[in-house]
Amino acid sequence: MWKRYLIWISGFVRGNFGESFEYKREVDELIWDRIAFTLIISVGSLIFTYVVAIPLGIYSATHQYKWSDHFLTFLSFVGMSIPAFLLALSLMVFAFDLFGVPLFGLFSAYYEGAPWTWGKLGDLFKHLWIPVIVVGINGTASLMRIMRGNLLDVLGQPFVQTARAKGLKEIVVVGKHAVRIAINPLISILGMSLPGILSGSAIVSIVLGLPTVGPILLRSLLNEDIYLAGTLIMMLSLLLVIGNLLADIALAWVDPRIRYE
Amino acid sequence: MNNTQNNPDQAIEIAQEIETAGDFHIDGGQLSYRQLIWRRFRKNRMGVIAGALLLLFYVLAIGADFFAPYHYNEINMRLRHVPPQRLHFSVSDGFYVHGLKSVRNPESLELEFTKDMEQRHPVEFFFKDADGRRHLFSSTGPMFLLGTDRMGRDLLSRIMYGARVSMTLGLVGVLLSIVLGSILGTVSGYWGGWVDNLIQRIIEILSAFPDIPLWMALGAALPPGWSSIQIYFGITIILSIIRWGGLARQVRGKVLAYRESDFVMAARAAGAGHWHIITKHLLPGCYSHIIVIATLAIPGMILGETALSFLGLGIRPPMTSWGVLLEEAQRVTVLLHYPWLIFPAVPVLVVVIAFNFLGDALRDAADPYSD
Repeated sequence: MWKRYLIWISGFVRGNFGESFEYKREVDELIWDRIAFTLIISVGSLIFTYVVAIPLGIYSATHQYKWSDHFLTFLSFVGMSIPAFLLALSLMVFAFDLFGVPLFGLFSAYYEGAPWTWGKLGDLFKHLWIPVIVVGINGTASLMRIMRGNLLDVLGQPFVQTARAKGLKEIVVVGKHAVRIAINPLISILGMSLPGILSGSAIVSIVLGLPTVGPILLRSLLNEDIYLAGTLIMMLSLLLVIGNLLADIALAWVDPRIRYE
Repeated sequence: MNNTQNNPDQAIEIAQEIETAGDFHIDGGQLSYRQLIWRRFRKNRMGVIAGALLLLFYVLAIGADFFAPYHYNEINMRLRHVPPQRLHFSVSDGFYVHGLKSVRNPESLELEFTKDMEQRHPVEFFFKDADGRRHLFSSTGPMFLLGTDRMGRDLLSRIMYGARVSMTLGLVGVLLSIVLGSILGTVSGYWGGWVDNLIQRIIEILSAFPDIPLWMALGAALPPGWSSIQIYFGITIILSIIRWGGLARQVRGKVLAYRESDFVMAARAAGAGHWHIITKHLLPGCYSHIIVIATLAIPGMILGETALSFLGLGIRPPMTSWGVLLEEAQRVTVLLHYPWLIFPAVPVLVVVIAFNFLGDALRDAADPYSD
């Protein structure tokens, strides 16, 4: 067993991932598009998460203990608690009820297997938003809470009071002075939120039938297609390591106080 | 605040504030730490509601044999996919449900059920079934308040039995990660040096894994020949293997802080051994943190089990859990025809949200000396 693993891992490093038992093809022919789609969805949800969570967090913090804050807090608790696959499932049923189209896969039947054109790209984006939102919801909810907490901490500090005392408008105080500092820790969270997003995209893809790593990983696990499964898990882990590295670099770039020496 | 107390109006105002807040600073010195936590926790309405709700769920789950109207594997092939029945009330019959009429759909050739207004099946409390077991309520006729699944099994009963697996799995898993996390966290913080370094790096590696794909891989690795109980513990171990890291981190931080404190120094000077210092002086200081983190970790485990079983890699039938129940609702076509099959999602959501609220309330309460 461990000998086979050693042979496989030494091949892996040299770019030879072995052959899939089920598909009777080299593993590396099977995975690259899927990894690309996984990346697209993950990056998309990451952007969605930050774009939605930060303004909501700011709003929630500046309206602390008003009913809108309570409402957002409640929503974020629900958002943190709802499992991604359930959200995907219910969205799919709703979409089917409302529009009568099955939201399955990433392309309409017309474009499936067609060569890349602008039309196909547009079609991709039409299908992409649902998985992106579904995968992003959990992260958005918790990130919003963190942003709210950070901003509240910052707003309580003396320099904010100074800014207010100078007679600056509230929007300048919050927007220019407080938010800048409150946002910093969120970038270090970036690295930590990656595993969640990759996990989420795997399971949501299985429910929605997207051509990402998730469904093929499940299949290969159920069929004990070990080289394929091994390569996929290894690739996901590699993606994470790279993502963490990028997040660290971004942090050092944004915050001049951090140095790696 | 002291100088304002000279002003009688303000003093009264403050006194009222203290009264309404049920303040305990005044007699704080006479209360034990545990009492302080309890007092503070009780004030958090959401936390108390969440706690009570969870208690109710656990009681229902443990007593499922009595509370559920049917056994979870009572198959009734002639009553497949019965929609949820409405509970009616009349003075003469008490609670009752209408009987069922089956009609074959001319298109899909499936049996479809409608209400038979003529028939009334009264709900009997403390019902004795054919095997002589008592149920809180059941009926001689078919009574499926949440409908039935593809094998004609009562969904309500299955949810109650499923709660046993889903809700205890989280507890057992958290217990395991508490044991692992506190031991390794204490070791890491107390001895420091290369041991600390090694343990911290392991935690970092574990936390960098995407958990669901890893759980999937480990779940798929469980031998197919295992019994339900073995699978149950297998899944528990899988879930807790990845989740102990966060707890170990927190414990380590606490231990690091306490290690240099006066009372530990005093114990050491008095010649206390490592074991004594750890168990008598360090760990008790971490209890409240451990409880809080454990509470917040349970929903993750419940969701993990649900996701794994949903994918068919977790709990396997005939054992039932909320994930197993949701697996049947996996296809959109199934859901469109039999929408009630999604209902097991409701307890999942309620329990997970309740645990989050409870954990939040405990976290606020665990620090009674703050604010």
